[in-house]
Amino acid sequence: MNNTSINKSYLDQSEAVRARFDAIKQRNVILEARNLGKCYPSQQGDVEALRDINFKIHRREFVCVVGPSGCGKSTLVRTLAGLEKHNSGEVLIDGKPVNGPGQDRGMVFQGYSLFPWLTVKKNVMFGPEMNGYGHDEAERDALLWLELVGLSKFANAYPHQLSGGMRQRVAIARALVNQPRILLMDEPFGALDAQTRAKMQSHLLEIWRNVDITILFITHDLDEAIFLADRILVLKAHPGEVQEMIEVPVPRPRSMGQFTDAEFRATKQRLEQLIHPPVSSEESDEDKGIKPHLIRFTHVTDNVE
Amino acid sequence: MANGARVSNVPNWLSGSMVARKHVLFGIGSFLLPLLVWCAVSYLPFVWHPKVLIAAPGGADYFQVGMLVDKSVFDEEFANMQAQNLPVPKGEPANPIYLPAPHEVAKAFYTSFSKAPQQKDLPWLHESLWHSITIIFWGFLISSLIGVPLGVLSGTYPTLSHLSEPFIEFFRYLPAPAFGALAVAVLGIYDAPKIAIIVVGTLFQQILIIANTTRKLDSTIVEAALTLGTKRMRLLTRVVVPGILPDLYRDQRILLGWAWTYLIVAELIGTSSGITWFITQQARYQHFDNVYAAIMMIGIIGFGTDILLARLGRRLFPWDRSQKKE
Repeated sequence: MNNTSINKSYLDQSEAVRARFDAIKQRNVILEARNLGKCYPSQQGDVEALRDINFKIHRREFVCVVGPSGCGKSTLVRTLAGLEKHNSGEVLIDGKPVNGPGQDRGMVFQGYSLFPWLTVKKNVMFGPEMNGYGHDEAERDALLWLELVGLSKFANAYPHQLSGGMRQRVAIARALVNQPRILLMDEPFGALDAQTRAKMQSHLLEIWRNVDITILFITHDLDEAIFLADRILVLKAHPGEVQEMIEVPVPRPRSMGQFTDAEFRATKQRLEQLIHPPVSSEESDEDKGIKPHLIRFTHVTDNVE
Repeated sequence: MANGARVSNVPNWLSGSMVARKHVLFGIGSFLLPLLVWCAVSYLPFVWHPKVLIAAPGGADYFQVGMLVDKSVFDEEFANMQAQNLPVPKGEPANPIYLPAPHEVAKAFYTSFSKAPQQKDLPWLHESLWHSITIIFWGFLISSLIGVPLGVLSGTYPTLSHLSEPFIEFFRYLPAPAFGALAVAVLGIYDAPKIAIIVVGTLFQQILIIANTTRKLDSTIVEAALTLGTKRMRLLTRVVVPGILPDLYRDQRILLGWAWTYLIVAELIGTSSGITWFITQQARYQHFDNVYAAIMMIGIIGFGTDILLARLGRRLFPWDRSQKKE
């Protein structure tokens, strides 16, 4: 990390960006975590996965969550979704505390969570049907959403016939057709190849621009976080705590060309400082104590470099 | 899919039609090999043939035409006759009566369906078989009516599983035939105790196997359904049951085979009936060719049903990728 090469600080915001953040802060709060805490029982006693998490997400805001491995990113999003119970604090949706999963918080998982026995269309119809819509209404909504994610042609295909990217599109459509207040995404593009992932990122931004939806997006890819987010929530591990909430100074609309911009690099540098502090290799490295001892297995003249 | 057990890791080259043809050839071969061994033992006089079939008794007074004697006895008498200058007995090497040749069994197979049984009191083979099939049907149906719902429920709700499974684990070690006398005392001597034995033999395995299958359902699928607003009962009917259905179907196929293995024991309880009675009666009259035909018929029916059910499964569950391996 070369500090001198970047003159700009991640805290410097252009006029347009500052005005945008001011506007966002005027909007209603959709999701709020208040003193959220979560413990796991384990053989070595209770493990504190989340401690005193506080943040607010405003309407139509795009927030990414990053952090070192084991910092509780997934636990956080699963707790917000109601799939795991929190031990302290509250999760508020539109100011009302929620417990347990519900259709107001849609979720897209990293793994393929589509129902393999249902066609693509029936997968998307599942949510509306569970929430009391009739078959025809559910079908109409499903077809509309399939068109929005560009999969109308595959309405009658089964999930196993689709590629990874297409399956995640269906998963997004299936979550959004329920009109959730917030869309929780747990490393949704983590299993995709780089090219598909880039395409899906642009596609997600496109959806977000056109639909009244607030997004909380978990990722371990810092470029992805900066590219997508308005704000980035940085967690630290053991226990999972909020380290910093960064306002991304990169102006919108975003494009791949911005990856080399000063704002982008400044933000990335800050994230790297937070997530991979220079001392980490000495202190809490998971690989500590593993020292490879390589013996030469090839002839001394047989060199590859 | 994240579920390791159902993910196919078979390499691509296995799906080619060349390989499929090879599989069929090997499949036929796996039946031809034992048949070949049987033919060798039956038709090649030097392979086994420990007996001699008497063609002419010669001077040995207790030999009769068509009698089977041990080779050593025949050789002894042959030497005796030679020593006494009497006509020597004639005979051909033969296998014991309990090992008929393939063509004899094939003939028995055909005649058991085409000709009325020699003894008036004996049922036709197909009548016996049909009776056995009804026993299996009722036994398996009753077992499934209890076992499938209980298995799915205890696979879904840990409390129920903790409450029921220790006892079931214990009970499944009690051999079903041990309940034979009890079943007769309670249910009489006809079909009811036989059905009961099949139920006892199948049910407890069924609950445990299906509970286990239910537990293996990918938790992400259940969680996805929860975040879509699915509530308790519908989670079971709309997500858990359809999610495990292909595996449940496979389990049921295996368990049906299990039920068949209990059949013979079950039919010996009370008044002997069905295919078992046919077999024991035919064995009593030393019609071993009929015995083999009947045993084979059981195999053909069992194997045939399983192949049909596998085909049907592929039709019923087009999304199930693990079935393509079969």
